[in-house]
Amino acid sequence: MIDVKLRSVSKRFSRGGDAAAVDDVSLTIAAGEFFTLLGPSGCGKTTTLRMVAGFAFPTAGQIHFGDQDVTRLAPNKRDAGMVFQNYALFPHMTVAQNVAYGLKVRKIGRAASAERIEQALAQVHLAGYGTRRIDQLSGGQQQRVALARALVIRPRILLLDEPLSNLDAKLREETRSEIRRIQREAGTTALYVTHDQAEAMAMSDRIAVMYGGKVQQVGTPHEVYHRPANAFVARFIGRSNVLELPVAEASADGLELRLPSGARIGIGAPEGHGLKSGDTALVSARPEQVRLAGPTADGALPGKVTGIEFTGMATNLTVDVAGDELMVSVVDAPDGIKIDDQVGLLLAPHRLWVVKP
Amino acid sequence: MSALAVNLNRRLREGAGSAWFPYLLVAPLALVLWGYVVQPMLATFVESVSEDGTANYAVFFSSSGVARASLFTSLFISLASVLLCGVVGVGMAFLLKRFAFPGRRLIEAFILVPAALPPLIGAIAFQLLYSDIGILPRALQQLFGAERPVLAFDDIAGVLVVHTFTMYPFFYLAASAALAGMDPSVEEAAYNLGAGRLRVWRTVLLPMLTPAMVSASLLVFMTSLASYTAPLLFGVSQTMTMQIYINRTNGDLPMASTYASVLGIVSILFLLLMRWYEGRRSYRSQSKGVAHQRREILNPFGRWLALAASILATLVLLAPVATIALVAFSEDGSWTSEVIPSAYTVENFITIFTDPKSLQPILNSVQMSLIATVGCVVIGVLIAYAVRRLNFRGRALLDMAVMISWALPGTVVAINLISAFSTGSTFSLGQALIGTFWIIPLAYFVRFLPMVFRSSSAALAVVDPTLEEAARNLGASWWRAFRTITLRLMLPGVIVGALLAFVHGVGEFVASVLIYTSSTVPISVAINNRMYSFELGTAAAYGMLQIVLIFVVMWFSSRLENGGRQAEQWTN
Ligand SMILES: Nc1ncnc2c1ncn2[C@@H]1O[C@H](COP(=O)(O)OP(=O)(O)O)[C@@H](O)[C@H]1O
Ligand SMILES: [Mg+2]
Repeated sequence: MIDVKLRSVSKRFSRGGDAAAVDDVSLTIAAGEFFTLLGPSGCGKTTTLRMVAGFAFPTAGQIHFGDQDVTRLAPNKRDAGMVFQNYALFPHMTVAQNVAYGLKVRKIGRAASAERIEQALAQVHLAGYGTRRIDQLSGGQQQRVALARALVIRPRILLLDEPLSNLDAKLREETRSEIRRIQREAGTTALYVTHDQAEAMAMSDRIAVMYGGKVQQVGTPHEVYHRPANAFVARFIGRSNVLELPVAEASADGLELRLPSGARIGIGAPEGHGLKSGDTALVSARPEQVRLAGPTADGALPGKVTGIEFTGMATNLTVDVAGDELMVSVVDAPDGIKIDDQVGLLLAPHRLWVVKP
Repeated sequence: MSALAVNLNRRLREGAGSAWFPYLLVAPLALVLWGYVVQPMLATFVESVSEDGTANYAVFFSSSGVARASLFTSLFISLASVLLCGVVGVGMAFLLKRFAFPGRRLIEAFILVPAALPPLIGAIAFQLLYSDIGILPRALQQLFGAERPVLAFDDIAGVLVVHTFTMYPFFYLAASAALAGMDPSVEEAAYNLGAGRLRVWRTVLLPMLTPAMVSASLLVFMTSLASYTAPLLFGVSQTMTMQIYINRTNGDLPMASTYASVLGIVSILFLLLMRWYEGRRSYRSQSKGVAHQRREILNPFGRWLALAASILATLVLLAPVATIALVAFSEDGSWTSEVIPSAYTVENFITIFTDPKSLQPILNSVQMSLIATVGCVVIGVLIAYAVRRLNFRGRALLDMAVMISWALPGTVVAINLISAFSTGSTFSLGQALIGTFWIIPLAYFVRFLPMVFRSSSAALAVVDPTLEEAARNLGASWWRAFRTITLRLMLPGVIVGALLAFVHGVGEFVASVLIYTSSTVPISVAINNRMYSFELGTAAAYGMLQIVLIFVVMWFSSRLENGGRQAEQWTN
């Protein structure tokens, strides 16, 4: 097990215009950690992963596997096992031949190699599938062959680029816990790329949220969800209302904000928030943490229901509060609530979080 | 110094990662293309101005004289060929793709046969069928008791017959593809809006076919311009290609080079025009909806008529091959003024295989074509890989150089090699190649490299690039990944290209006839010589062997290509 460090890594493509595809990214992935790059399409996740794999070289910065600087090392010298988005299984080989490829390159003896292949296939629940042709497998099985092929070489780091995106929704949920189990068993450091925040939350030890080639925030799923660093992260992870509220009073670790109703609300804020009285603060409030009350309830923001969506688990409402549309998610919506009803919204101070723009 | 070598060696083995790895691979390829395609072309130009400066070129501007007449005749023949092939090809496509009638499948099965013949034997077949020594005019003569053969095609008309039969597939295939890709609802919408059939044709169908037709026109024009055997056999001496040949055999290399330069430049201009047009052409979104329903011909009289016409058309399509087969079994000298030869034998084939002197051309052709094919495969596959997979400056130039060697007429290729290699050059290791064995394989290599390149490139296009990355990720060096994955998966395409190149080499005549030596006579030159000494039977027997080879290879390739689509079917 090794840790992997990216130090101020940037990548510009010669034909990619001015903007860097990856812009000054610094990350440390701890040994044995399951680390996820999360962000919308085009934010530079794949490019970052490919630089770690050695298929692209950084324009600036360094990449280290443990103590070794691999920045310009050829991909075949890295011992990084990769699971490709389309699996990239060799169509002219059987399942076992696919898994054997990396062992053959490493000149592992026949007997040892056979044993490791068997082990790897058993690990992904494909024991006995060795002689199958690739086109005789389902998408989920192909995915697991790709995983076995990458793991059998005992890679220093396992790289996965949206490995679940070609599976249907149900299989995706099953497979993600499978991947996590296998990674834990193998004890491999893993770098995982996805644009699906639910997937990232469910699987990761830590997540780096990326946008526009830059890392926006690094943290545990809990941290990026409850304490998003900025408005982008707040909106991208889950759903969030980002309110603009005037600052009435500011201290080092707390703020007094003025609500549209005129009432004041005191909340905690991260150190170095840099806001002072008279500024406008951006405050993130998760829909499920806004509570519904009567229109005249004490301290509630009065508003009008403009949309209702029943999902089974919860009822999602959109409420117009003085011209702003707020999302509210309630588990026990009052019977008979309908569009144009007047309601009050209660914001719990300890569930509000100040974010950077 | 040695540190550099070690580093270089290491980079080569690891490869593909570093920014300059592509150049390491591309440099030798670029050198080959420069040395054997581009540089010879320049040598020809230098040759053309070597004696009288640009005076040679002035003849093209003087109002009288052979040069100008040849240029105009060539252009006229090309233009007429485009029109004839267009009418026949598009007509056939509409008939076969839009109507269902008895006998349709029969025609479809044989529609490409005339075009598949090697150029010389194809032209000979048409000569033996339709010229004034041909079977048909003589049969009509006897039928009507006329004094001269009836309806004989000679001179330019004869050339046009050959061109039409052998080049209409350019239009047929383009129009068929366009018709297949066309959304039927567009046409139906026009009818629905009240347009009559003629109006729909004029305002909807033809405009939609235009891009395919323009491409096909350019192709036919270029091919006609390069045509050499048809004018040779039908005695049209005032064409560009014939003038090259005549000047060369008269020993006036500068003049031959002048014609070759002009023809080369015109061909390259057409190539550029074609590329520009295809690049500019907007790809309309083609619906993947229902295929067009063929209109069934229901009228019983119409059905009989269609069947009769189909059988007749099939006979016409098969007639060239049948003629060669017939003549191949005729005794040499047994055919003078009769409709068909009067005496038959299998002696011709026996002689070819038992008489060492008669067998030699076959051995020569096979050997020279094999050598060229090996070269084409090595260079063609690597160029395809470089152009499709690597990122380097000058990629477009590399691609262009291959396309130039495709666009250059065989005659011009031969003159280029003569100009470049009649004395020693760096690219011939200081040896003069003219008059040696190596010049013909080299010419075949230059001519047929684009075939291997194209089919390799097409095969590569459907091989997922991440497969090679996966192999590299698993620890394989670039070379190992290329060999065990990429090359392995493109193999069907490479084999098809190689077979194509080999077959064309075995049938090659146009360039060979300008550069062969007495010890490297290829089959086609042997055929030509036998024709001159009226040994028609033997000539046709050689031709029959070429034809059989072609059909065997075509059959094999089509199996390979169908299999290639599901690679695993035959790879394991
Ligand atoms: N080979 C390339 N050449 C030029 N631009 C590229 C190349 N690969 C990626 N890009 C650009 O870099 C940016 C990041 O791409 P990518 O890393 O694939 O994003 P993601 O995987 O997050 O969707 C995109 O704007 C993309 O267009
Ligand atoms: Mg991506």
